Amino acid sequence: MLPLIGKRLVQMVLIMIVASFVLFLIFDSDEFKKKIAVAELGGFAVSALSDADYQQWLANKGLDVPFFQRYGSWVGGVLTGDFGHSFEKNTDVGPLLWDRLKSTGILAFWVFALMIPLSLVLGVIAGMKEGGKRDRAVSFFAVFTTSIPEIATAILLTVFLALGLGWFPTKSAMTQGFDGWQLVLPVLTLVIYSFGYVTRMTRASMAEVMTSQYIRTAVLKGLPRNRIIMRHALRNALIAPFTVIVLQLNWLLSGVVVVEVFFEYNGFGKMLLEAALFGDIYVVQAATFVAVVVAVMSQIISDIGYTFLNPRIRFS
Amino acid sequence: MASVAAPTPGSPDVPTVPLMVRLAQPRILIVLAALTWLPLVAYVMFDASRLVLLPAIPSVLLLWALAMLNWRESTVALIGATLVCFWLLIAVSVPFLPLVDPNQPVQPFVKPFSEARDQFFWLGTDFRGRDMLSRALWGCQRVIVWGVTATATAYVIGTTLGLIAGYLAGWWDELISFIGNVILSFPVMVLFIVILTYFGPSGFNIIVAVTFASAPAIMRIVRGLTLDIKTRDYVFAAQTRGEKPFYIMVVELLPNARGPIIVDACLRLGYTTVAITTLTFLGLGLQPPDPDWGLMIKEAASSALLFQFSYMLLVPALSVSSLILGFNLLADGLREMSLRD
Repeated sequence: MLPLIGKRLVQMVLIMIVASFVLFLIFDSDEFKKKIAVAELGGFAVSALSDADYQQWLANKGLDVPFFQRYGSWVGGVLTGDFGHSFEKNTDVGPLLWDRLKSTGILAFWVFALMIPLSLVLGVIAGMKEGGKRDRAVSFFAVFTTSIPEIATAILLTVFLALGLGWFPTKSAMTQGFDGWQLVLPVLTLVIYSFGYVTRMTRASMAEVMTSQYIRTAVLKGLPRNRIIMRHALRNALIAPFTVIVLQLNWLLSGVVVVEVFFEYNGFGKMLLEAALFGDIYVVQAATFVAVVVAVMSQIISDIGYTFLNPRIRFS
Repeated sequence: MASVAAPTPGSPDVPTVPLMVRLAQPRILIVLAALTWLPLVAYVMFDASRLVLLPAIPSVLLLWALAMLNWRESTVALIGATLVCFWLLIAVSVPFLPLVDPNQPVQPFVKPFSEARDQFFWLGTDFRGRDMLSRALWGCQRVIVWGVTATATAYVIGTTLGLIAGYLAGWWDELISFIGNVILSFPVMVLFIVILTYFGPSGFNIIVAVTFASAPAIMRIVRGLTLDIKTRDYVFAAQTRGEKPFYIMVVELLPNARGPIIVDACLRLGYTTVAITTLTFLGLGLQPPDPDWGLMIKEAASSALLFQFSYMLLVPALSVSSLILGFNLLADGLREMSLRD
């Protein structure tokens, strides 16, 4: 187990080096520097700028440093915990990132708190009797909800729950401090989109367990149905969904972009989009850094959890 | 799904002509798909005259009829195929339909099912006075053309890399898998956003972005399938005959990995459609003024936040959902049928 984790972590560091290098290469290009200038000074001012003035502007921003020197100092900064400075927001990236991650964390917490029980219960109910009426109803419902893209779900919820019934606010910008009501629609959107996949995994796993020999033995022993399902089937059926749920963390980081932009929720996804559109390299780098860490960590957690829950698996 | 028979071991020289013939196994399907897709590409990407779309209309209808006949065992697949074929039919026939010009402003904020300026508007008009019905129908064309083309490109590249990584193994595998892992460790949206801000938003760059984002995942699937099929006897037979790796990959491995690839392709078409709509909504995809679902959502999201004008949001949202539902149901039905065989 330990060598596997070590190998994964080494791979993570390698991926981070390659990814940050490529991103730096892209954002160090002249087009992106120009983009920052246009965003800051306005397009007209930039076109009127003489070449010397433009160079002066670059020097003021610290953008004229040669590529490798700039990359090297950025890597040095990250190693000491300094993520650089945001051009767009004019703050240090570290606190900004922390703040936005906290917002998205709150969102993610509620998404998981609702999605996990819902999908597990539905999946188990469907998988108990494969091909039955309940199974087909749940399966179709799951395909249906995952087929509606997040943007459409967000629209439907906004139109009916916010505009029509007026139960919830349409936007979640939280300009007057934290407000739980504003969280409802983004959370619901993400739950509706993501629970179908986990439900289907749970259903498949449950259905497989129900056809196994030891369940048949339990049935033939004359045990009551409830006891078979609660004591014998569930334990084994929940192994596969566990890994899927952990891996959903990774999906959430990119799935959250649309929802945050649509509801104007100030989280990680919105920060990432704004930074990429602005050419705000240090913010994009920091966000990618977080994303890669989350991707690899969720992979490791799901592997460890899998071995823990299912002792038959041994990594060699 | 019927697998293609491997050449009989022992026959000293397998002629090279059957190579293409064998790849085009369900020949009528491929011909019909090409007849639908090529005119659409010519019309949307190269501004060809609308007459090129004429052969596409009967071929879509035929495709639908074939699907209805062959997939009767799975209701889910039938519903999916019907939804997809409906939007395909709209895409190829919309230039011939008696619709208002989708970019022509008539009168803003006309409600659905009402009349204005002696015209009846089924779905009303948007905030600039453009006909919603016409825009919704025209909008499917760009999504379908760019989505299908992008997915197809991703498949060609992903499958090639997957076959190479799986069959040649060794350093090829290490290198391709590492690059794939690097790309896959980015969240998809980060990848899309970075690529499209770097190259600039346009239909062609969407193809680049989708290829980058999906090819590694496709590569992984095909690599896994190849590793499995590689150990079959007919591959050993071909190796013993002294066939070149290229021949084995294309003739022996690819056709036998076809089933799972087709199912995955249907799912991925759905993802790509979502991605294109979402990117356009975020301002990174296809550019105005031509109608597009994502663009309609983007424009309405900032200007129509009143219940009485919510039809401007609902029409594109429901359209894109129905198309994606079609792809997903189709994939589900096909998987169900392939498991049953």
